[in-house]
Amino acid sequence: MSPADHAERLARLDRSFAKAIPFNAWLGLETVDFGDGEVTLRLPHDPKLVGDPTTGVLHGGVITAAMDAACGASVFLALHTPRRIATLDLRVDYLRPSEPGRDVFCRCRCHKVTKQVAFTEGWAFHDTQEDSIARVVGTFMVFDGTSTSVLADGITKPGDA
Amino acid sequence: MTLTEDIARAREAGDFAEVAAKVPLMAAMGIGVSVNDGTLLATMAFSEPLIGNFAIRALHGGTLGALLESAAAFELMWTHSVERIPRVVGITVEYLRSGKAVETFARAEVVRAGRRVANVHAWAWQDDIARPIAAAHARFLV
Repeated sequence: MSPADHAERLARLDRSFAKAIPFNAWLGLETVDFGDGEVTLRLPHDPKLVGDPTTGVLHGGVITAAMDAACGASVFLALHTPRRIATLDLRVDYLRPSEPGRDVFCRCRCHKVTKQVAFTEGWAFHDTQEDSIARVVGTFMVFDGTSTSVLADGITKPGDA
Repeated sequence: MTLTEDIARAREAGDFAEVAAKVPLMAAMGIGVSVNDGTLLATMAFSEPLIGNFAIRALHGGTLGALLESAAAFELMWTHSVERIPRVVGITVEYLRSGKAVETFARAEVVRAGRRVANVHAWAWQDDIARPIAAAHARFLV
């Protein structure tokens, strides 16, 4: 894929995934990079996402939600035809508290897709993945039939299907 | 009044509504907490931004994670003498049914509270408590 193609698909992915899905848009998620079965989202700092007003640390639920979104997107990117998916389970380990006032990056990859289940893992961090604030493992159901999700538009190339 | 004082007063009065309102994410998402007959109930009002799939009008899975974690944390504050909002060290969320575009409820139960760690189970439902839509096991430092 040429850099121009990559940039165009990234923009389409961001529109169809981060902006068109109401709760992803509410969280403020932005798609910053993607690859084959891999995606990185940015969760911009927003005071409404805080879970403990005395420390300013993000609510764990925000990390869970962003990771759910990122892991789901990584499954879509690993499937070569758009299919409907649903989260089965998600385990999040909070390795250390988020730093108040900072953006969080969520990087997830889908490392295995079987006929019906997809397996993902991911990390949330401020600066580098090595210094993560959370680690996630998620499994997704993969259904037969075409996706009804707006994401389908973001992952198919122009001229596909 | 500090949050620690708020929490202590809420436990005495059996009313956590004010503490919940001071948690920015819960206030922003419409997650409230009430105590009825000694049982703590978390309620997430439906609003359009909570949608994750508008083709089938389903709640975003992440909203249920936030609701379950909130229910678990408040159950711990209600039933145990913790002074701060407990710090979550891990959560496992299981999605059981898709969440409809209606009000969602959650309850929690402290499975074990030790000196350092508390394990809390939480579950969420919509119109029928016998048909949960999501469940979670959360681990907190207390």
